[in-house]
Amino acid sequence: MLLIEDEPNIAEAIRFLLTRDGHRVSHAIEGVAALAVLRDDCPDLVILDHMLPGMSGLEILTAIRADGTTRNLPVMMLTARGRDREMAERAGADRFMTKPFSNAEILAEVRAMLGQSGQTAG
Amino acid sequence: MRRPRRPLFLARAPYRRRRLRDAARLLPVLGAFLLILPLLWTPDSHMSLSSGDVVYFFGVWLFLIGLAAAFAPGLRGGDGTDEEED
Amino acid sequence: MPFNLLVLACFLYVACLFAVAFLVEGRAARGRLGWLRSPLVYTLSLSIYCTAWTFYGAVGYAARSGLEFLTIYFGPTLVFVGWWWLLRKLVRIGRQHHVTSIADLISSRYGKSNTLGVIVTVLAVVAATPYIALQLQSVVLSFGVFASAAPEGSNPPEPGLIAIWVAVGLALFTVLFGTRNLDAREQHHGIVIAIAVEAVVKLVALLAVGSFVVWGIAGGVADVIARIDAADLAAWQVQPGRWTGLIFLSAAAVICLPRMFQVMVVENQDEGHLARASWAFPLYLMAMSLFIVPIAVVGLERLPVGSNPDMFVLTLPLAEGQGALAMLAFLGGFSSATSMVIVESIALATMISNHVMIPLWLRLRPGAAAADDLRQVVLMARRLAIGAVLALGYGYYQVSGGSAALAAIGLIAFLGVAQVLPALIGGIFWRGATRTGAIMGLMTGLVVWAYTSFLPSFGPGAALPEAVFTQGLFGLSWLRPQALFGTEAMDPMIHALFWSMALNGMAFCLGSLLTFPGPVERLQGAAFVNVFEGSIGPQRWARGQAEPEALLGMAQRILGEDEALALFQAAARAEGKEGFLPDPTPAFLDSLEARLSGSVGAATAHAMISQLVGRATVTVEDLMAVASESAQILEYSARLEAREAELTRTAGALREANEKLTQLSLQKDAFLSQISHELRTPMTSIRAFSEILTEGDLPPDTVARYGQIIHDEAKRLTRLLDDLLDLSVLENGAVQLTVGLGSLQGMIDTALTAARQTRPDREFQVIRDLPSETIYLKTDADRLTQVFINLISNARKYCDAARPELRIAVRQRAGRVTVDFIDNGKGIPKDSQALIFEKFARLSDANRAGGAGLGLAICREIMANLGGSVAYLPGQGGAAFRVTVPLRLETLAA
Repeated sequence: MLLIEDEPNIAEAIRFLLTRDGHRVSHAIEGVAALAVLRDDCPDLVILDHMLPGMSGLEILTAIRADGTTRNLPVMMLTARGRDREMAERAGADRFMTKPFSNAEILAEVRAMLGQSGQTAG
Repeated sequence: MRRPRRPLFLARAPYRRRRLRDAARLLPVLGAFLLILPLLWTPDSHMSLSSGDVVYFFGVWLFLIGLAAAFAPGLRGGDGTDEEED
Repeated sequence: MPFNLLVLACFLYVACLFAVAFLVEGRAARGRLGWLRSPLVYTLSLSIYCTAWTFYGAVGYAARSGLEFLTIYFGPTLVFVGWWWLLRKLVRIGRQHHVTSIADLISSRYGKSNTLGVIVTVLAVVAATPYIALQLQSVVLSFGVFASAAPEGSNPPEPGLIAIWVAVGLALFTVLFGTRNLDAREQHHGIVIAIAVEAVVKLVALLAVGSFVVWGIAGGVADVIARIDAADLAAWQVQPGRWTGLIFLSAAAVICLPRMFQVMVVENQDEGHLARASWAFPLYLMAMSLFIVPIAVVGLERLPVGSNPDMFVLTLPLAEGQGALAMLAFLGGFSSATSMVIVESIALATMISNHVMIPLWLRLRPGAAAADDLRQVVLMARRLAIGAVLALGYGYYQVSGGSAALAAIGLIAFLGVAQVLPALIGGIFWRGATRTGAIMGLMTGLVVWAYTSFLPSFGPGAALPEAVFTQGLFGLSWLRPQALFGTEAMDPMIHALFWSMALNGMAFCLGSLLTFPGPVERLQGAAFVNVFEGSIGPQRWARGQAEPEALLGMAQRILGEDEALALFQAAARAEGKEGFLPDPTPAFLDSLEARLSGSVGAATAHAMISQLVGRATVTVEDLMAVASESAQILEYSARLEAREAELTRTAGALREANEKLTQLSLQKDAFLSQISHELRTPMTSIRAFSEILTEGDLPPDTVARYGQIIHDEAKRLTRLLDDLLDLSVLENGAVQLTVGLGSLQGMIDTALTAARQTRPDREFQVIRDLPSETIYLKTDADRLTQVFINLISNARKYCDAARPELRIAVRQRAGRVTVDFIDNGKGIPKDSQALIFEKFARLSDANRAGGAGLGLAICREIMANLGGSVAYLPGQGGAAFRVTVPLRLETLAA
């Protein structure tokens, strides 16, 4: 799975949690690199921060949904601003989490999303 | 009662018409001047009747008539009901 | 030339005039006047100014007084070429107010005062009587010339008999064509055409005689000029006073003469005709006087000494044996006399009937307005008046014996009517002129004129006793009629002119200044003076209790049944009513009065309607109410206008404020959302790692590292909160400054040391000019240092040069110190330069070092509090900031 997050500390925390839960996590800090990883790795799930340098989270999401190979990829959006939820859902995010979140919450969400899409963790 | 407002500046044609009226107003003043002028020529207030005087007076007369005739058509056009009196 | 042939020619000529007038009246009745009412006819009709006095008398005048006769033509010339001043206004007023005569004009202007009408009428009749006598005399004289030239066998009739016949004939003609009908506009088409024909006849006659004299007797123009220079006339002396005085007098007369007013104003069909007449009439006058001097000179030369120069026009052709030419000249003179008498008697008859007879009739028979057929009364009054005027003229001729020279009588008449001038000019140009002033002026003028000019003209001992001439009235020597107040040196004519006009004008002005005009008077004054401003002004009638039927009855009696019914029907229809009886609204009463005044004069029409309406016309209170009403309307609209402008302004201000508010609101939203983000981000890390730590089961070095992260993020959170608080305090201006004297150098040193903590790994070369920094500032040193730290830290953070440099340049000028911080990095792109001082404006996140983007915003606020500023300096080869700070900070708040 792919984590796109520019804050190094938050990225490290999520990575630690998911790795411990048995996922393989690749990390990108901005949009261009992230889209390259998407093409090469074909992750099962994307965790996407909203506020990013360069391309914003919404722009990345739109790009993901526009590409045929990644159209149905489950995407979870993280945001530090409460009012972004609606925009994110309209752009096609499957899940939406507001910072700060508890570790249990994010783990549960990830599990639920992967289970829903019928895939097992790799 | 307040007078109606008038434009401060005029276009060319109305401007010329106004000046024509001014000229028409000045014409009798000029005429009076020319007709009284001969009194000043003779300091002892003595003017003998010479043919020169006759010619002068008729010349001035004709001159005034000519000017009035030149002004008349332009003045008749501007009826003057609503404008002027300034 | 047989005398009978002469009489026959006269009869034929008069019959011709009858025929012309009759035909024209017929055409006028059918409404087909066409060219008969052209500017040419108007101009020719004005020629009644040239009477027999002009036709015969001018030559005599020239023979006696040289060129002085020209003044009689120069006055009218000046008045007509200057028509834009006076005549235009006079004609407009005459048409707008249905003026019937000059007495009507004066009476109407001064509040429809019949007193004034009577005074002017009396003045006009007194002045005109000798003038009419003069015309009769000229006809008699000219008959006499032929009679004396006739062979002995025929017996010439008595001069008095001729005068009688002429007077009766003229009266008949005038009654026939002057009182045929009671026209609403008092116009007489037939007569106007007849006098136009006469104008042509007299001009042709005089030109013919003149041409005969110049080319027939003398040898052409050059010869005539030589004869003029050689003539006895050379002894003539001009008197400057007389010259100018007579020009003035003739100018006044052409305006005030009743017959001139009749043809110029009353008979005017179209104001445009006046423009043509403005030059054509002077041209006519010039043509009339062109040959006067040659005729006079040649006449004096050829005719025996002692022959009457007044008759040269006739006697010269007769002496040369030109019978036909003499006949033409005789007809010319006859035309001059008859046309003058006809028009003058019509004008006077109108005045007499409208201002004397009809008011008297109404006074004697109070119910007359509603009872009698006034049309017939008015017409009969006119006929009687015409007869009376001619009888007076004939009587004067008989009494005076026809001795006096023609010119003298003419000038005396001129001076008499000129007494109307002050009231006339004042009335149409000065709203302050009042009825009392006009009466005083006219009476004074009338008395002075009579005493100094009219009565003395009968000769010493005739009208005034001999003693009065030598010793003055009541023996008061300063009251001698020809030397008032001791002015003996003056020419009698100019003496009379000077004193009558001066005293008249003074009395008029004084009376006007000292009295208060009545309401109708003020209305009329405004309507006359402002005749070109359009509306006639407020209505003259308050709503009365008149019965429409009574009004209709009265109108029928004056206007005739058909016309009155048509008038009432139109008015009723305009009010939205069927039938013939409109409501007596003020507007209707106004128009009815105007219509009636065209027939019986303003004063009489006013009086008649007043009788029926019952209540008098407007009062001063009504007038003031109307005036204040319109003033209120004006004021109200002005206020509305002002309010509208104010509303527009307010709307603009509101719109601006709204935009600002919207922007502020957007800014606030953006700010809150930024704050939220900046707070949630460290919180997320802290929460995540603290949860991980609480779960335990981690290697110690990881625990330590995560602990460090938590600590760093907590610090970041604290710093952010500090910054926010700082900013809010600074923005609210509630900051407490500690102002003291501090060394700039010391501050920069401190700042550099403190800023070294930011990215301590980077080695910065700092370029300073220490001597320039030895400045002591009175300011808050800690705050200023904080700004410096911020700027230096920014440079350390964002300068991307491989060998970073920071130059600090200090300059002092005009009580202000500028400190520039210039690095050698890429600098800030132009479009971002405006944004960097905004809150949370982080340009690139590549090099973010934990700042929340509040640094420069705080700097800006601090500098504002310190009375200085911080700005980005473009074009310095890198990022450059200039801090400007006053040398001495004046603490405003305690």
